[in-house]
Amino acid sequence: MPVGSVSPMDLDLTEDQEAIRDVFADFFSSETGPERARDAEPLGFDSRAWDRLMETGAPGMGVGGSRGGGATLADLTVVVEEAGAHIAALPLVDHMVATRLLATVGVCDDDVLAGTTIVGLAIRPAQDGTARTVPTGAVARRVVALDGDTLVLVEGDPGAHLENHGCLPLADRPLAGATVLAEGPDAVAAYRRTLDEWRTLTASTLVGITRTALDLGVGYVKERRQFGRPIGSFQAIQHLLADLPGLLDGARLLTAKAAWAGDRAVAGQAGVADIGDNEITDFAALACMALVSAGEAATTATDRSLHVHGGYGFSEEYDIQLYFRRARALSVVLDDPARECRRLADLLLAGPSTSSPSGAGSDRNSVPHGGPEPGGDADHLATGATR
Amino acid sequence: MDFSLSPGAVEFRAEVKAFIADHLTTEVVDQMHATGTFNDKAFNAALADAGLLAGAVPGYGDRDPIELYILFNELEKAGAPYDGLAVTMLVAGVVNAVGTDFHRSRVLGKLLTGRFNCCLGYSEPDHGSDVASITTKAVRDGDEWVITGQKMWTTMAHVSDWVILLTRTNPDVPRHKGLTMFLVPMDTPGIEVQPVPTMATERTNATFYDGVRVDDEWRLGEVDGGWAVMGVALAFERGVMGGTNPAVPLLRHVRDWAGGAASPDGGTMLQDPLLRERLARTAIANQVSQLLTLRAAWIAATGGLPGLEGSMAKLYATGRYQQAVGWFQEMAGAEGLLGFDADGAAADGWIDYDARHAPVTTIYGGTTEINRNNVAERHLGLPRDR
Repeated sequence: MPVGSVSPMDLDLTEDQEAIRDVFADFFSSETGPERARDAEPLGFDSRAWDRLMETGAPGMGVGGSRGGGATLADLTVVVEEAGAHIAALPLVDHMVATRLLATVGVCDDDVLAGTTIVGLAIRPAQDGTARTVPTGAVARRVVALDGDTLVLVEGDPGAHLENHGCLPLADRPLAGATVLAEGPDAVAAYRRTLDEWRTLTASTLVGITRTALDLGVGYVKERRQFGRPIGSFQAIQHLLADLPGLLDGARLLTAKAAWAGDRAVAGQAGVADIGDNEITDFAALACMALVSAGEAATTATDRSLHVHGGYGFSEEYDIQLYFRRARALSVVLDDPARECRRLADLLLAGPSTSSPSGAGSDRNSVPHGGPEPGGDADHLATGATR
Repeated sequence: MDFSLSPGAVEFRAEVKAFIADHLTTEVVDQMHATGTFNDKAFNAALADAGLLAGAVPGYGDRDPIELYILFNELEKAGAPYDGLAVTMLVAGVVNAVGTDFHRSRVLGKLLTGRFNCCLGYSEPDHGSDVASITTKAVRDGDEWVITGQKMWTTMAHVSDWVILLTRTNPDVPRHKGLTMFLVPMDTPGIEVQPVPTMATERTNATFYDGVRVDDEWRLGEVDGGWAVMGVALAFERGVMGGTNPAVPLLRHVRDWAGGAASPDGGTMLQDPLLRERLARTAIANQVSQLLTLRAAWIAATGGLPGLEGSMAKLYATGRYQQAVGWFQEMAGAEGLLGFDADGAAADGWIDYDARHAPVTTIYGGTTEINRNNVAERHLGLPRDR
């Protein structure tokens, strides 16, 4: 088919990204996986795999300049999709985005870059001097948090593990004695951007989980025989699974678009968010969309895949339950997806919701209200502060 | 990955948007909903005269195939009458791909003027999804064929100049091996068109063929090779030529209505937290639908036939559209039941319209069940069960 004008549009990975994907697919395939994830439970940290991962340079690859790997956000999505697909029990996403944030404020030392010192991110604003349920709080020595409009870094022994559904290394982290990194609107803006990077990379992790959940389900229904036939020959089973490739590919495309928008924003290209024309290039809006979309894809795919396994899906012996629990945990650890959607609505629509607790000036996260402008995010902070 | 359009595509999109702003008048929109015929010959002709149809034929010419996606996506988002145009351009693509010089000289050029229409004669009263079982007969008589039978859902037949007609030419071989496709002029004696009104006001038709005689030169593809022609048509049809962003105008209409509609709980409906959540969820679905469609267009642009990817886009987009319509009609309450002409209708009657229209979107152009079968068998590699 002849093609006239050459489009810059390119929905394939770059050659570099294909190489990154192949390297990390090999790495996570050999160093992580369901058996290792089981062994790492309940804490959810595979220290041997982390040691090996440090040899690849992955923990610091998202930091630019001469010190780090200089990877784009788009590159990082490729790495963490593989981590998700192999159910790696590693604090990689949180470390990557926290490290990028520390680098921007100039406190990213070599131990952090290498991963010898693990850094976590408090994804919910601090409340009463404590960052609650920090996703990697039980393994990270350092945690970056937003306390009011102050960006702080707390250092010390990891917190006490909170046993949980997805075997994430969740812990509360008191912020007493924390170092102030930055204050005011710039600090809040830097934190929000980091949180949007966390959303994007968590979405990519969920895409990896979705991919493997679908593979596990399809593999099982081709093998399992009932009534003298593979159960995968029954339309009732086929149609449960046939919705999933669209969810998977849609979530992956949306996550890739969010990363693309994030990298463009760094380069100074502002995005737009026009739902009337379905034209969305704003990073904050796309990051939120990607997380909701990938969370839905992963929870749906793991749920259906587990279901077609019958009773075996429910048993610890089968791998799908690992993916099922991880998918749910990563989908809600930031917030209820419905509340994420309302936060997204504040970015996309004029005027705040009547239920929004962001009474003017009444909350201590008193940052300029973004209203309908892309990137305005004040309601989210206010919402979090009331929890 | 790079999600930005080429400068040429950006320019083309701007031209299409400018055309829509100039030509999609209230009268055009009112006319399409009053007549139920989502085809406007003057609008189509103006599109052609503006040079915007050259890229609208799948697989034809040297234009960037992304333009095909852009044209139909912009028309769909704007709520323009494009159904007749999409079918016509689809037939133009099939004619270009499998037709003879005779077909190209007699038909293709005319279709590109925007002043002629085609319709699809596949389904029959007793054969819909199982289209390979159709029974409309074509019997050879010298240099002619004599066609007898009935077709169903022949939308646009009443404004069409040609129908592409799937017929049975050999009843003695496996069903999909005895089919032949014809391009039949609608003014041929023996063709009768009867209207079939629908609950969404859209008009479709039943068409009857009683000893219709056409010369062999109107045959499209090989004798008994009709199934291959169907394959080309279906690959062009699914996904790229509109039909995957119907919830964009819906979202716009509901958003605009909600800003001025009082909520029973106080304030406006746009302040209602559940409506805001659902508007946001619909905005997400619209983005995903756009990206799945763009991927299908991208595959076409890089030399592939995106049949499977088109199935995925249609499956996702139409399901989400129906879900969104259901949400918004419930949340608008009684006003969400009111039609275009009723005082106080929510979103000027668009919610009622979309709620009427939405059910057909998981049926026509390949049902959701058939698309799921395609994905299950051809993408997931599950055993065929029919």
